[in-house]
Amino acid sequence: MKEARSVILFYSSSAALKMESLAKSENLVVKLIPIPRDLSSDCGICLLVLNDDMEEIKTIIDNHRIEYEGIHDYMV
Amino acid sequence: MIYVDNAATSFPKPGEVGRAMLDYLENKSANPGRSAHRLSIEAGRAIYRTRENLARLLDLKDPLRIVFCLNATEALNLVIRGFLEPGMHVITSSMEHNSVMRPLRNLEKKGVEITVIRDKEDELFINDLEKSIKKNTALILLNHASNVNGRIFPIKSAGKIAEKNGILFMIDAAQSAGCIPIDMYEDNINILAFTGHKSLYGPQGTGGLAIRDDVDFTRIKTLKTGGTGSKSEKEEQPTFLPDMFESGTPNGVGLSGLNAGIEFITARKINEIHDFEISLAHELKSYLKKSAGITIYEPLSEDSTATVSFNIDRLPSSKVAMILDEKYEIMTRAGLHCAPSAHKSIGSFPSGTVRISFGIFNTYEHVEKLIDAIIEISRDF
Ligand SMILES: Cc1ncc(COP(=O)(O)O)c(C=O)c1O
Repeated sequence: MKEARSVILFYSSSAALKMESLAKSENLVVKLIPIPRDLSSDCGICLLVLNDDMEEIKTIIDNHRIEYEGIHDYMV
Repeated sequence: MIYVDNAATSFPKPGEVGRAMLDYLENKSANPGRSAHRLSIEAGRAIYRTRENLARLLDLKDPLRIVFCLNATEALNLVIRGFLEPGMHVITSSMEHNSVMRPLRNLEKKGVEITVIRDKEDELFINDLEKSIKKNTALILLNHASNVNGRIFPIKSAGKIAEKNGILFMIDAAQSAGCIPIDMYEDNINILAFTGHKSLYGPQGTGGLAIRDDVDFTRIKTLKTGGTGSKSEKEEQPTFLPDMFESGTPNGVGLSGLNAGIEFITARKINEIHDFEISLAHELKSYLKKSAGITIYEPLSEDSTATVSFNIDRLPSSKVAMILDEKYEIMTRAGLHCAPSAHKSIGSFPSGTVRISFGIFNTYEHVEKLIDAIIEISRDF
């Protein structure tokens, strides 16, 4: 069974790249993917994360004051 | 062939720089931050890595506060033109490059007030700076290191005064970023303009701004608007960094090269690079100083960059540079170095000087050959 996952949407791809870089430096498993169509009409990227890592992800977001648009369940 | 014109642009570049650019072109060069496929993401990563490394180099906390431009000139114009309004007062030094002087003089005609402080020893300079502050002073803009004689300005004290008076403090780090250690917080710098192709050893066509985390960048109007890959549903320009100032497809290939340049100098350590380059400059200067018939234009600071300006008294600078090139294959730069104000300040206007500027790939042997050539030229011509 697949683990539960979420996607984090940012205001810019640079912010998504920043979050990816910070998460990877904490050895978290993350992946940049196209924003699912049902979440936004924007053609950009968002970060796919494991729900198990959410606490650490949120700590990074707080510590680095990263602005994000929203966190959504990821449905395949 | 001896290249000692590194203040104009560094040459050669480390091999890593060209290799990184080729790798980007061959393996990554989709449109960064636009599409969402793997290649576009890879291109975006390459550029983001450059932001990260620059932020680390300058002790800036947030890599997204690095804004890329074509060069230092564009970066300086962005702040000068985007921030200053008629009725505002700006203080600068007499040692500025035309990339600062020309936009300022242009705005002066439109009602921006300008005070140019003549270069003096640090303490006197800082005194004059403090005395020049007026109610409407909005910006203090200083050259960190002069491209004419290597003079390093006391930015830390100047920044402190700016802070005390609630004035924005910006430095032109075209000549210093990469060869003098910089810490945006320690050195009290609000905004820094850099160019990629000098001491950062990147390719031409790269440069930008570093905007400290506590600066309200929305006070700066953007000069260009357009596609950013973000907020595509909106017809208005985004108001966050770096997108607000970075419309249009970026120079991904150039910025990949810049990243390799930064990694190269970072591995070598900036203070060691500075010590090495300055020891070459001292060697040359100690010879020039004891030679009759040569005028050397010493900077008014104890420390300096490895840029030396001199003249052989009877000969025009252009002629000396031409002989050095044609007869000795030594590449220098003569004349006014895009900095008429600085040459007025050091007393070499309008004839200019011969400028020798060292980089990491110069050697003591280069200095010896240079000295021999100067001896011969002053004897034979
Ligand atoms: C002190 C100084 N400021 C600004 C610049 C402008 O840099 P660029 O030509 O890369 O825009 C230069 C170099 O040309 C410089 O030496």
